Amino acid sequence: MNLAITVNGARHQVDARPETPLLYVLRDDLGLNGPKYGCGLGQCGACTVQLDGKAIFSCVTPVGAVGDRPVRTVEGLGTSDRMSPLQQAFLDEQAAQCGYCIAGMIMRAQALLDADPHPTEQKIRAHMQTNLCRCGTHMRILRAIRRVAGIASDGAAA
Amino acid sequence: MVTLRRVTQSRLRWVMALLLLGLAGALIALALSWRPAIAPITPPARSSFAPALVARGAMLAKLGDCAVCHTRDGGAPLAGGRALATPFGTLYSDNLTPDPETGIGTWSASAFRRAMKDGVSRTGAHLYPALPYEHFTHVRDADLDAIYAFLMTRRPVHAAAPANRLIFPLGFRPLLAGWKLLFLHRGETPIDPGRSAAWNRGAYIVEGLGHCGGCHTPRNLAGGEIRSQAYAGGIAEGWRAPALNAANPAARKWTQDALVTYLRTGISPDHSAAAGPMGPVVESLSQVPESEVRAIAAYIGAKMGGGTAPAQARLPDHAGAAARRFPEGAVLFAGACAGCHGPGAPMMGQDRPSLALATTVRDGSATSAAQAVLQGIEPPVAGRGPKMPGFADALTNEQIAAVLGYLRARYTDQPDWKKLPATVAKARKEGAQP
Repeated sequence: MNLAITVNGARHQVDARPETPLLYVLRDDLGLNGPKYGCGLGQCGACTVQLDGKAIFSCVTPVGAVGDRPVRTVEGLGTSDRMSPLQQAFLDEQAAQCGYCIAGMIMRAQALLDADPHPTEQKIRAHMQTNLCRCGTHMRILRAIRRVAGIASDGAAA
Repeated sequence: MVTLRRVTQSRLRWVMALLLLGLAGALIALALSWRPAIAPITPPARSSFAPALVARGAMLAKLGDCAVCHTRDGGAPLAGGRALATPFGTLYSDNLTPDPETGIGTWSASAFRRAMKDGVSRTGAHLYPALPYEHFTHVRDADLDAIYAFLMTRRPVHAAAPANRLIFPLGFRPLLAGWKLLFLHRGETPIDPGRSAAWNRGAYIVEGLGHCGGCHTPRNLAGGEIRSQAYAGGIAEGWRAPALNAANPAARKWTQDALVTYLRTGISPDHSAAAGPMGPVVESLSQVPESEVRAIAAYIGAKMGGGTAPAQARLPDHAGAAARRFPEGAVLFAGACAGCHGPGAPMMGQDRPSLALATTVRDGSATSAAQAVLQGIEPPVAGRGPKMPGFADALTNEQIAAVLGYLRARYTDQPDWKKLPATVAKARKEGAQP
Protein backbone atom coordinates (compact mmCIF):
# COMPACT_ATOMS: atom_id res chain seq x y z
CA MET A 1 0.00 0.00 0.00
CA ASN A 2 1.33 3.42 -0.93
CA LEU A 3 1.42 5.97 1.88
CA ALA A 4 2.71 9.53 1.90
CA ILE A 5 4.44 10.89 5.01
CA THR A 6 6.38 14.08 5.69
CA VAL A 7 9.68 13.52 7.48
CA ASN A 8 12.13 16.30 8.34
CA GLY A 9 10.35 18.60 5.91
CA ALA A 10 10.43 16.26 2.91
CA ARG A 11 7.45 14.38 1.53
CA HIS A 12 8.03 10.65 0.99
CA GLN A 13 6.00 7.96 -0.72
CA VAL A 14 6.47 4.64 1.04
CA ASP A 15 5.19 1.20 0.21
CA ALA A 16 4.05 -0.13 3.58
CA ARG A 17 1.02 -1.61 5.26
CA PRO A 18 -0.65 1.04 7.46
CA GLU A 19 -0.17 -0.99 10.67
CA THR A 20 3.63 -1.05 10.19
CA PRO A 21 5.33 0.77 13.07
CA LEU A 22 6.56 4.20 11.98
CA LEU A 23 10.00 3.19 13.33
CA TYR A 24 10.39 0.43 10.72
CA VAL A 25 9.45 2.78 7.89
CA LEU A 26 11.90 5.44 9.11
CA ARG A 27 14.78 3.00 9.41
CA ASP A 28 14.14 0.44 6.68
CA ASP A 29 12.46 2.52 3.98
CA LEU A 30 13.90 6.00 4.55
CA GLY A 31 17.31 5.00 5.93
CA LEU A 32 16.96 7.23 8.98
CA ASN A 33 18.81 5.23 11.62
CA GLY A 34 18.67 7.81 14.41
CA PRO A 35 15.59 6.32 16.05
CA LYS A 36 16.48 2.94 17.54
CA TYR A 37 14.59 -0.26 18.21
CA GLY A 38 14.83 -0.88 21.95
CA CYS A 39 11.91 -2.76 23.44
CA GLY A 40 9.28 -2.42 20.74
CA LEU A 41 6.69 -1.91 23.48
CA GLY A 42 6.85 1.83 24.20
CA GLN A 43 8.64 1.17 27.48
CA CYS A 44 12.18 2.47 26.87
CA GLY A 45 12.04 5.50 24.56
CA ALA A 46 14.95 4.60 22.23
CA CYS A 47 12.58 4.99 19.26
CA THR A 48 11.37 8.49 20.26
CA VAL A 49 10.75 10.89 17.38
CA GLN A 50 8.51 13.95 17.08
CA LEU A 51 5.06 13.84 15.53
CA ASP A 52 3.53 17.25 15.04
CA GLY A 53 6.06 18.62 17.52
CA LYS A 54 5.27 16.10 20.28
CA ALA A 55 7.58 13.30 21.41
CA ILE A 56 6.12 9.88 20.58
CA PHE A 57 7.28 6.28 20.59
CA SER A 58 7.66 5.42 16.90
CA CYS A 59 7.71 1.66 17.68
CA VAL A 60 4.06 1.69 18.76
CA THR A 61 2.80 4.33 16.35
CA PRO A 62 1.40 2.78 13.17
CA VAL A 63 2.59 4.61 10.05
CA GLY A 64 -1.04 4.75 8.93
CA ALA A 65 -1.81 6.99 11.92
CA VAL A 66 0.68 9.68 10.84
CA GLY A 67 -1.47 11.21 8.10
CA ASP A 68 -0.49 14.79 7.31
CA ARG A 69 1.25 15.36 10.65
CA PRO A 70 4.97 16.15 10.21
CA VAL A 71 7.55 13.70 11.58
CA ARG A 72 10.92 14.91 12.83
CA THR A 73 13.87 12.70 13.67
CA VAL A 74 17.30 13.53 15.05
CA GLU A 75 18.52 13.79 11.44
CA GLY A 76 16.22 16.81 11.11
CA LEU A 77 17.89 18.68 13.98
CA GLY A 78 21.41 19.13 12.64
CA THR A 79 24.42 17.38 11.14
CA SER A 80 27.77 16.47 12.67
CA ASP A 81 29.19 19.65 11.06
CA ARG A 82 26.32 21.90 12.06
CA MET A 83 24.87 20.62 15.27
CA SER A 84 21.75 22.00 16.92
CA PRO A 85 22.31 23.66 20.33
CA LEU A 86 20.91 20.59 22.09
CA GLN A 87 23.10 18.17 20.12
CA GLN A 88 26.11 20.38 20.92
CA ALA A 89 25.17 20.34 24.61
CA PHE A 90 24.95 16.52 24.60
CA LEU A 91 28.43 16.46 23.07
CA ASP A 92 29.82 19.06 25.49
CA GLU A 93 28.45 17.19 28.48
CA GLN A 94 29.61 13.84 27.04
CA ALA A 95 26.07 12.62 27.67
CA ALA A 96 26.40 9.50 25.53
CA GLN A 97 28.10 6.34 26.69
CA CYS A 98 26.97 3.61 24.29
CA GLY A 99 24.70 6.17 22.64
CA TYR A 100 21.80 3.85 21.85
CA CYS A 101 19.21 5.93 23.74
CA ILE A 102 20.58 9.35 22.83
CA ALA A 103 18.66 10.12 19.64
CA GLY A 104 15.44 9.39 21.52
CA MET A 105 16.58 11.46 24.51
CA ILE A 106 17.42 14.42 22.28
CA MET A 107 14.13 14.28 20.40
CA ARG A 108 12.10 14.08 23.60
CA ALA A 109 14.05 16.92 25.23
CA GLN A 110 13.79 19.05 22.09
CA ALA A 111 10.00 18.69 22.11
CA LEU A 112 9.96 20.13 25.63
CA LEU A 113 12.36 22.96 24.81
CA ASP A 114 10.35 23.90 21.71
CA ALA A 115 7.21 24.22 23.84
CA ASP A 116 8.97 25.79 26.86
CA PRO A 117 12.50 27.16 26.26
CA HIS A 118 13.19 27.55 30.01
CA PRO A 119 11.54 24.62 31.82
CA THR A 120 12.08 24.01 35.52
CA GLU A 121 14.21 21.12 36.74
CA GLN A 122 11.05 19.37 37.91
CA LYS A 123 9.44 19.77 34.51
CA ILE A 124 12.51 18.42 32.72
CA ARG A 125 12.63 15.36 34.96
CA ALA A 126 8.91 14.65 34.60
CA HIS A 127 9.13 15.05 30.83
CA MET A 128 12.17 12.75 30.46
CA GLN A 129 10.68 10.07 32.74
CA THR A 130 9.66 7.80 29.86
CA ASN A 131 13.15 7.46 28.36
CA LEU A 132 15.68 5.04 29.82
CA CYS A 133 19.48 4.85 29.55
CA ARG A 134 20.95 1.44 30.34
CA CYS A 135 24.43 2.95 30.76
CA GLY A 136 23.17 5.27 33.49
CA THR A 137 24.17 8.62 31.99
CA HIS A 138 20.91 10.25 33.06
CA MET A 139 22.74 12.89 35.10
CA ARG A 140 24.81 13.97 32.11
CA ILE A 141 21.70 13.95 29.92
CA LEU A 142 19.95 16.21 32.42
CA ARG A 143 23.01 18.51 32.49
CA ALA A 144 22.92 18.80 28.71
CA ILE A 145 19.24 19.71 28.72
CA ARG A 146 19.77 22.25 31.55
CA ARG A 147 22.60 23.82 29.56
CA VAL A 148 20.21 24.63 26.71
CA ALA A 149 17.36 25.53 29.06
CA GLY A 150 19.69 28.01 30.74
CA ILE A 151 19.04 26.83 34.30
CA ALA A 152 21.45 26.13 37.14
CA SER A 153 23.62 23.08 36.80
CA ASP A 154 22.76 21.84 40.29
CA GLY A 155 20.35 18.95 39.83
CA ALA A 156 18.84 19.43 43.26
CA ALA A 157 17.84 23.05 42.63
CA ALA A 158 14.57 24.47 41.23
CA MET B 1 -54.86 56.84 38.03
CA VAL B 2 -55.76 56.52 41.68
CA THR B 3 -56.35 52.82 41.32
CA LEU B 4 -53.06 52.42 39.49
CA ARG B 5 -51.17 54.26 42.18
CA ARG B 6 -52.82 52.12 44.85
CA VAL B 7 -51.84 48.94 43.04
CA THR B 8 -48.29 50.18 42.65
CA GLN B 9 -48.08 51.06 46.34
CA SER B 10 -49.46 47.75 47.51
CA ARG B 11 -47.10 45.94 45.18
CA LEU B 12 -44.22 47.96 46.54
CA ARG B 13 -45.25 47.01 50.07
CA TRP B 14 -45.19 43.35 49.11
CA VAL B 15 -41.77 43.64 47.55
CA MET B 16 -40.45 45.40 50.66
CA ALA B 17 -41.94 42.73 52.90
CA LEU B 18 -40.38 39.95 50.83
CA LEU B 19 -37.03 41.67 50.81
CA LEU B 20 -37.11 42.08 54.58
CA LEU B 21 -38.14 38.46 54.99
CA GLY B 22 -35.33 37.38 52.69
CA LEU B 23 -32.84 39.51 54.60
CA ALA B 24 -34.04 38.07 57.92
CA GLY B 25 -33.77 34.56 56.48
CA ALA B 26 -30.27 35.23 55.25
CA LEU B 27 -29.25 36.59 58.66
CA ILE B 28 -30.70 33.55 60.43
CA ALA B 29 -28.95 31.23 57.96
CA LEU B 30 -25.70 33.10 58.48
CA ALA B 31 -26.11 32.84 62.24
CA LEU B 32 -26.86 29.14 62.00
CA SER B 33 -23.84 28.56 59.78
CA TRP B 34 -21.54 30.34 62.20
CA ARG B 35 -18.97 28.22 64.02
CA PRO B 36 -16.63 29.51 66.72
CA ALA B 37 -12.87 29.50 66.36
CA ILE B 38 -11.06 26.99 68.56
CA ALA B 39 -8.24 28.66 70.47
CA PRO B 40 -4.80 28.15 68.93
CA ILE B 41 -2.35 26.04 70.87
CA THR B 42 1.42 26.06 71.07
CA PRO B 43 2.58 23.25 68.77
CA PRO B 44 2.99 20.25 71.08
CA ALA B 45 6.39 18.60 71.47
CA ARG B 46 6.88 15.48 69.38
CA SER B 47 7.74 13.55 72.50
CA SER B 48 4.25 14.21 73.87
CA PHE B 49 2.83 11.62 71.44
CA ALA B 50 3.32 7.92 72.16
CA PRO B 51 5.27 6.22 69.35
CA ALA B 52 2.68 3.44 69.10
CA LEU B 53 -0.06 6.02 68.59
CA VAL B 54 1.98 7.77 65.89
CA ALA B 55 2.60 4.46 64.11
CA ARG B 56 -1.09 3.63 64.21
CA GLY B 57 -1.88 7.08 62.87
CA ALA B 58 0.56 6.57 60.00
CA MET B 59 -1.26 3.38 59.02
CA LEU B 60 -4.68 5.03 59.30
CA ALA B 61 -3.47 7.97 57.20
CA LYS B 62 -2.55 5.43 54.51
CA LEU B 63 -6.05 3.96 54.68
CA GLY B 64 -7.41 7.48 54.29
CA ASP B 65 -5.02 8.35 51.44
CA CYS B 66 -4.38 11.74 53.05
CA ALA B 67 -1.05 12.28 51.32
CA VAL B 68 -2.49 11.76 47.84
CA CYS B 69 -4.48 15.00 47.84
CA HIS B 70 -2.38 16.84 50.39
CA THR B 71 0.91 16.58 48.47
CA ARG B 72 1.60 18.55 45.33
CA ASP B 73 3.75 17.19 42.51
CA GLY B 74 7.34 17.39 43.66
CA GLY B 75 6.28 18.93 46.98
CA ALA B 76 6.98 17.82 50.54
CA PRO B 77 4.65 15.04 51.71
CA LEU B 78 1.43 16.33 53.33
CA ALA B 79 2.42 19.98 52.81
CA GLY B 80 -0.62 20.52 50.56
CA GLY B 81 -0.93 22.82 47.56
CA ARG B 82 -2.16 20.19 45.13
CA ALA B 83 -4.71 21.58 42.68
CA LEU B 84 -7.98 19.67 42.70
CA ALA B 85 -10.19 20.28 39.68
CA THR B 86 -13.89 20.13 40.54
CA PRO B 87 -16.98 21.04 38.50
CA PHE B 88 -17.13 24.15 40.71
CA GLY B 89 -13.60 25.39 40.11
CA THR B 90 -10.13 24.58 41.36
CA LEU B 91 -9.36 23.97 45.02
CA TYR B 92 -5.91 23.72 46.58
CA SER B 93 -5.34 21.25 49.37
CA ASP B 94 -4.25 22.50 52.78
CA ASN B 95 -0.91 21.98 54.47
CA LEU B 96 -1.28 19.18 57.04
CA THR B 97 2.20 19.49 58.52
CA PRO B 98 2.47 21.09 61.98
CA ASP B 99 3.78 24.43 60.69
CA PRO B 100 2.13 27.02 62.98
CA GLU B 101 1.54 29.60 60.24
CA THR B 102 0.63 27.63 57.13
CA GLY B 103 -0.13 24.17 58.52
CA ILE B 104 -2.02 22.74 61.48
CA GLY B 105 0.65 23.43 64.11
CA THR B 106 -1.72 25.47 66.30
CA TRP B 107 -4.62 23.04 65.97
CA SER B 108 -5.68 21.17 69.10
CA ALA B 109 -6.84 17.56 68.85
CA SER B 110 -10.42 18.76 69.19
CA ALA B 111 -9.97 21.26 66.34
CA PHE B 112 -8.65 18.41 64.18
CA ARG B 113 -11.57 16.17 65.14
CA ARG B 114 -14.04 18.93 64.27
CA ALA B 115 -12.42 19.45 60.86
CA MET B 116 -12.63 15.73 60.08
CA LYS B 117 -16.14 15.15 61.41
CA ASP B 118 -17.89 18.47 60.70
CA GLY B 119 -15.74 20.02 57.99
CA VAL B 120 -14.93 23.14 59.99
CA SER B 121 -11.46 24.66 60.17
CA ARG B 122 -9.87 25.65 63.48
CA THR B 123 -10.76 29.26 62.71
CA GLY B 124 -14.43 28.36 62.35
CA ALA B 125 -14.51 28.57 58.54
CA HIS B 126 -16.44 25.85 56.73
CA LEU B 127 -14.23 23.53 54.67
CA TYR B 128 -15.08 22.44 51.15
CA PRO B 129 -16.30 18.86 50.79
CA ALA B 130 -13.31 18.03 48.59
CA LEU B 131 -12.21 16.98 52.08
CA PRO B 132 -14.56 13.99 52.27
CA TYR B 133 -15.89 14.74 55.74
CA GLU B 134 -19.18 13.11 54.84
CA HIS B 135 -17.09 9.92 55.16
CA PHE B 136 -14.58 10.96 57.81
CA THR B 137 -17.48 11.88 60.10
CA HIS B 138 -17.91 8.12 60.64
CA VAL B 139 -14.36 7.67 61.96
CA ARG B 140 -13.99 6.98 65.67
CA ASP B 141 -12.35 9.63 67.84
CA ALA B 142 -9.57 7.28 68.93
CA ASP B 143 -8.57 6.80 65.29
CA LEU B 144 -8.75 10.54 64.58
CA ASP B 145 -6.50 11.15 67.59
CA ALA B 146 -3.98 8.67 66.19
CA ILE B 147 -3.96 10.44 62.82
CA TYR B 148 -3.57 13.74 64.67
CA ALA B 149 -0.57 12.33 66.54
CA PHE B 150 0.94 11.19 63.23
CA LEU B 151 0.46 14.56 61.54
CA MET B 152 1.69 16.60 64.50
CA THR B 153 4.93 14.63 64.59
CA ARG B 154 5.79 15.30 60.92
CA ARG B 155 8.48 17.81 60.03
CA PRO B 156 6.78 21.21 59.80
CA VAL B 157 6.88 22.60 56.27
CA HIS B 158 6.22 26.29 55.65
CA ALA B 159 3.98 26.23 52.59
CA ALA B 160 0.82 28.27 52.09
CA ALA B 161 -1.71 26.84 49.64
CA PRO B 162 -2.58 29.07 46.68
CA ALA B 163 -5.99 30.75 46.82
CA ASN B 164 -8.90 28.66 45.51
CA ARG B 165 -10.43 29.59 42.18
CA LEU B 166 -14.14 28.86 42.44
CA ILE B 167 -17.15 29.94 40.45
CA PHE B 168 -19.31 32.67 42.04
CA PRO B 169 -20.72 32.59 44.73
CA LEU B 170 -19.02 29.47 46.09
CA GLY B 171 -16.13 31.44 47.51
CA PHE B 172 -18.61 32.41 50.26
CA ARG B 173 -18.03 29.60 52.74
CA PRO B 174 -21.18 29.96 54.91
CA LEU B 175 -23.05 28.48 51.94
CA LEU B 176 -21.35 25.19 52.81
CA ALA B 177 -23.51 24.95 55.93
CA GLY B 178 -26.47 24.41 53.61
CA TRP B 179 -24.56 21.72 51.72
CA LYS B 180 -23.82 19.94 54.98
CA LEU B 181 -27.48 20.09 55.99
CA LEU B 182 -28.25 18.05 52.89
CA PHE B 183 -25.28 15.76 52.55
CA LEU B 184 -23.41 15.40 55.85
CA HIS B 185 -24.92 12.47 57.74
CA ARG B 186 -23.13 12.08 61.04
CA GLY B 187 -22.83 8.99 63.18
CA GLU B 188 -20.79 5.81 63.34
CA THR B 189 -21.01 3.07 60.72
CA PRO B 190 -23.53 0.62 62.16
CA ILE B 191 -22.27 -2.80 63.21
CA ASP B 192 -24.04 -5.74 61.57
CA PRO B 193 -23.83 -8.63 64.04
CA GLY B 194 -25.01 -11.01 61.31
CA ARG B 195 -21.80 -10.36 59.34
CA SER B 196 -18.20 -11.40 59.95
CA ALA B 197 -15.75 -9.29 61.91
CA ALA B 198 -13.81 -8.72 58.67
CA TRP B 199 -16.94 -7.44 56.89
CA ASN B 200 -17.68 -5.05 59.76
CA ARG B 201 -14.10 -3.81 59.84
CA GLY B 202 -14.33 -3.37 56.07
CA ALA B 203 -17.54 -1.37 56.39
CA TYR B 204 -15.86 0.89 58.93
CA ILE B 205 -12.83 1.50 56.65
CA VAL B 206 -14.71 1.78 53.34
CA GLU B 207 -17.50 4.05 54.57
CA GLY B 208 -15.17 6.11 56.75
CA LEU B 209 -11.46 6.72 56.22
CA GLY B 210 -11.27 4.88 52.90
CA HIS B 211 -14.02 7.14 51.47
CA CYS B 212 -14.39 4.76 48.50
CA GLY B 213 -17.81 6.22 47.70
CA GLY B 214 -16.15 9.57 47.10
CA CYS B 215 -15.30 8.34 43.61
CA HIS B 216 -17.38 5.16 43.17
CA THR B 217 -20.76 6.73 44.01
CA PRO B 218 -22.35 9.12 41.50
CA ARG B 219 -22.84 12.72 42.60
CA ASN B 220 -25.78 15.06 42.06
CA LEU B 221 -25.56 18.57 40.60
CA ALA B 222 -24.69 20.00 44.01
CA GLY B 223 -21.74 17.60 44.28
CA GLY B 224 -23.37 15.42 46.94
CA GLU B 225 -23.15 11.64 46.74
CA ILE B 226 -26.47 10.12 45.66
CA ARG B 227 -27.03 7.75 48.57
CA SER B 228 -29.76 5.78 46.82
CA GLN B 229 -27.15 4.88 44.19
CA ALA B 230 -24.28 4.10 46.54
CA TYR B 231 -21.33 2.45 44.71
CA ALA B 232 -23.14 2.55 41.36
CA GLY B 233 -20.02 4.05 39.75
CA GLY B 234 -18.84 7.65 39.59
CA ILE B 235 -16.22 9.95 38.19
CA ALA B 236 -12.68 10.63 39.44
CA GLU B 237 -10.37 13.18 37.83
CA GLY B 238 -11.78 12.53 34.37
CA TRP B 239 -11.72 8.73 34.81
CA ARG B 240 -14.72 6.55 35.45
CA ALA B 241 -14.71 4.83 38.83
CA PRO B 242 -16.56 1.58 38.07
CA ALA B 243 -19.57 0.34 39.96
CA LEU B 244 -18.68 -1.63 43.10
CA ASN B 245 -22.15 -3.11 43.54
CA ALA B 246 -23.93 -5.88 41.65
CA ALA B 247 -23.66 -3.75 38.49
CA ASN B 248 -19.87 -4.16 38.45
CA PRO B 249 -19.06 -5.02 34.84
CA ALA B 250 -16.23 -7.53 35.44
CA ALA B 251 -16.23 -10.56 33.12
CA ARG B 252 -15.30 -12.78 36.05
CA LYS B 253 -16.92 -12.03 39.39
CA TRP B 254 -14.46 -10.48 41.80
CA THR B 255 -13.50 -12.85 44.59
CA GLN B 256 -12.13 -11.62 47.88
CA ASP B 257 -8.70 -13.03 47.01
CA ALA B 258 -8.72 -11.28 43.63
CA LEU B 259 -9.65 -8.01 45.33
CA VAL B 260 -6.82 -8.35 47.84
CA THR B 261 -4.30 -9.04 45.06
CA TYR B 262 -5.60 -6.11 43.02
CA LEU B 263 -5.69 -3.66 45.91
CA ARG B 264 -2.18 -4.56 47.06
CA THR B 265 -0.37 -4.96 43.72
CA GLY B 266 -2.41 -2.97 41.21
CA ILE B 267 -3.26 -5.90 38.99
CA SER B 268 -5.37 -9.02 39.13
CA PRO B 269 -4.80 -11.75 36.53
CA ASP B 270 -8.57 -12.28 36.32
CA HIS B 271 -9.38 -8.61 35.83
CA SER B 272 -7.16 -5.73 34.90
CA ALA B 273 -4.71 -3.14 36.11
CA ALA B 274 -5.36 -0.21 38.43
CA ALA B 275 -5.08 3.01 36.45
CA GLY B 276 -5.53 6.73 36.91
CA PRO B 277 -6.59 7.85 40.40
CA MET B 278 -6.80 4.21 41.56
CA GLY B 279 -3.00 3.95 41.31
CA PRO B 280 -2.29 6.03 44.44
CA VAL B 281 -4.98 4.08 46.34
CA VAL B 282 -3.14 0.85 45.54
CA GLU B 283 0.16 2.40 46.53
CA SER B 284 -1.28 3.25 49.94
CA LEU B 285 -2.92 -0.14 50.41
CA SER B 286 0.32 -1.92 49.51
CA GLN B 287 1.73 -0.47 52.73
CA VAL B 288 -0.96 -1.35 55.29
CA PRO B 289 -1.35 -4.72 57.04
CA GLU B 290 -2.95 -7.32 54.78
CA SER B 291 -5.74 -7.87 57.31
CA GLU B 292 -7.03 -4.33 56.63
CA VAL B 293 -7.12 -4.99 52.87
CA ARG B 294 -8.84 -8.34 53.50
CA ALA B 295 -11.49 -6.47 55.47
CA ILE B 296 -12.04 -4.02 52.60
CA ALA B 297 -12.26 -6.97 50.20
CA ALA B 298 -14.81 -8.72 52.42
CA TYR B 299 -17.07 -5.66 52.43
CA ILE B 300 -16.69 -4.62 48.79
CA GLY B 301 -16.74 -8.24 47.61
CA ALA B 302 -20.10 -8.75 49.35
CA LYS B 303 -21.46 -5.62 47.65
CA MET B 304 -20.45 -6.95 44.24
CA GLY B 305 -22.00 -10.32 45.02
CA GLY B 306 -18.82 -12.27 44.34
CA GLY B 307 -18.22 -15.62 45.99
CA THR B 308 -14.91 -17.06 47.04
CA ALA B 309 -14.17 -19.05 43.85
CA PRO B 310 -13.81 -17.37 40.46
CA ALA B 311 -16.63 -18.27 38.09
CA GLN B 312 -15.15 -19.19 34.73
CA ALA B 313 -16.41 -17.02 31.92
CA ARG B 314 -15.86 -17.64 28.23
CA LEU B 315 -13.73 -14.81 26.90
CA PRO B 316 -14.98 -13.32 23.66
CA ASP B 317 -12.53 -12.62 20.81
CA HIS B 318 -14.45 -11.59 17.70
CA ALA B 319 -11.35 -10.49 15.77
CA GLY B 320 -12.81 -10.99 12.29
CA ALA B 321 -16.20 -9.41 12.89
CA ALA B 322 -14.66 -6.47 14.74
CA ALA B 323 -12.19 -5.83 11.89
CA ARG B 324 -15.01 -5.80 9.36
CA ARG B 325 -16.97 -3.26 11.40
CA PHE B 326 -14.01 -1.13 12.51
CA PRO B 327 -11.32 -1.50 9.80
CA GLU B 328 -9.36 1.60 10.87
CA GLY B 329 -9.49 0.49 14.50
CA ALA B 330 -8.19 -2.95 13.51
CA VAL B 331 -5.21 -1.43 11.67
CA LEU B 332 -4.35 0.87 14.56
CA PHE B 333 -4.72 -1.95 17.08
CA ALA B 334 -2.35 -4.13 15.04
CA GLY B 335 0.30 -1.39 14.97
CA ALA B 336 -0.13 0.23 18.38
CA CYS B 337 -1.64 -2.32 20.76
CA ALA B 338 -1.08 -5.88 19.53
CA GLY B 339 2.62 -5.89 20.48
CA CYS B 340 1.43 -6.24 24.09
CA HIS B 341 -2.28 -7.11 23.99
CA GLY B 342 -2.45 -9.33 20.89
CA PRO B 343 -2.54 -13.13 21.05
CA GLY B 344 0.97 -14.50 21.45
CA ALA B 345 2.46 -11.16 22.54
CA PRO B 346 5.22 -11.51 25.15
CA MET B 347 3.11 -9.71 27.77
CA MET B 348 0.28 -12.19 27.34
CA GLY B 349 2.68 -14.97 28.31
CA GLN B 350 3.24 -13.30 31.70
CA ASP B 351 -0.20 -14.02 33.13
CA ARG B 352 -1.39 -10.51 32.22
CA PRO B 353 -5.15 -10.30 31.72
CA SER B 354 -6.73 -10.30 28.27
CA LEU B 355 -8.54 -7.13 27.26
CA ALA B 356 -11.68 -9.28 27.36
CA LEU B 357 -11.30 -9.21 31.17
CA ALA B 358 -10.69 -5.49 31.45
CA THR B 359 -13.39 -3.62 33.35
CA THR B 360 -12.63 -0.50 31.32
CA VAL B 361 -13.49 -2.29 28.07
CA ARG B 362 -16.67 -3.84 29.49
CA ASP B 363 -17.96 -0.76 31.32
CA GLY B 364 -21.00 1.06 29.98
CA SER B 365 -18.90 4.21 29.70
CA ALA B 366 -15.85 4.44 27.43
CA THR B 367 -14.31 7.13 29.62
CA SER B 368 -11.69 5.07 31.44
CA ALA B 369 -10.76 3.11 28.33
CA ALA B 370 -10.18 6.44 26.58
CA GLN B 371 -8.09 7.72 29.50
CA ALA B 372 -5.98 4.55 29.62
CA VAL B 373 -5.17 4.90 25.91
CA LEU B 374 -4.53 8.66 26.22
CA GLN B 375 -2.53 8.72 29.44
CA GLY B 376 -1.30 5.15 29.72
CA ILE B 377 -0.89 3.36 33.03
CA GLU B 378 1.82 4.05 35.59
CA PRO B 379 2.91 1.24 37.90
CA PRO B 380 1.06 2.09 41.11
CA VAL B 381 3.68 0.52 43.35
CA ALA B 382 6.98 2.13 42.40
CA GLY B 383 9.24 -0.09 40.36
CA ARG B 384 6.79 -2.94 39.78
CA GLY B 385 3.42 -3.54 38.26
CA PRO B 386 1.92 -2.83 34.88
CA LYS B 387 3.10 0.09 32.77
CA MET B 388 1.42 1.17 29.57
CA PRO B 389 2.60 4.05 27.41
CA GLY B 390 0.11 6.85 26.74
CA PHE B 391 -0.94 7.58 23.17
CA ALA B 392 -2.24 11.14 23.65
CA ASP B 393 0.45 12.60 21.36
CA ALA B 394 0.62 9.71 18.90
CA LEU B 395 -3.05 9.19 18.04
CA THR B 396 -5.81 11.71 17.30
CA ASN B 397 -9.18 11.62 19.07
CA GLU B 398 -10.78 10.05 16.00
CA GLN B 399 -8.06 7.38 15.83
CA ILE B 400 -8.46 6.53 19.52
CA ALA B 401 -12.23 6.38 19.02
CA ALA B 402 -11.67 3.91 16.17
CA VAL B 403 -9.45 1.73 18.38
CA LEU B 404 -11.99 1.80 21.21
CA GLY B 405 -14.85 0.85 18.89
CA TYR B 406 -12.78 -2.07 17.66
CA LEU B 407 -11.77 -3.21 21.17
CA ARG B 408 -15.35 -3.15 22.37
CA ALA B 409 -16.54 -5.18 19.37
CA ARG B 410 -13.64 -7.61 19.48
CA TYR B 411 -13.35 -8.33 23.20
CA THR B 412 -16.92 -8.01 24.53
CA ASP B 413 -20.47 -8.94 23.68
CA GLN B 414 -21.63 -5.55 24.97
CA PRO B 415 -23.40 -2.96 22.81
CA ASP B 416 -21.23 -0.41 20.96
CA TRP B 417 -20.15 2.70 22.83
CA LYS B 418 -21.98 5.73 21.43
CA LYS B 419 -20.43 9.10 20.50
CA LEU B 420 -16.87 7.83 20.95
CA PRO B 421 -15.01 10.78 19.40
CA ALA B 422 -16.81 13.15 21.80
CA THR B 423 -15.99 10.89 24.76
CA VAL B 424 -12.31 10.83 23.79
CA ALA B 425 -12.23 14.61 23.28
CA LYS B 426 -13.78 15.15 26.72
CA ALA B 427 -11.41 12.65 28.33
CA ARG B 428 -8.41 14.39 26.74
CA LYS B 429 -9.57 17.77 28.02
CA GLU B 430 -10.25 16.52 31.55
CA GLY B 431 -7.09 14.45 31.68
CA ALA B 432 -5.03 17.57 31.00
CA GLN B 433 -6.50 19.44 33.99
CA PRO B 434 -5.60 21.24 36.09
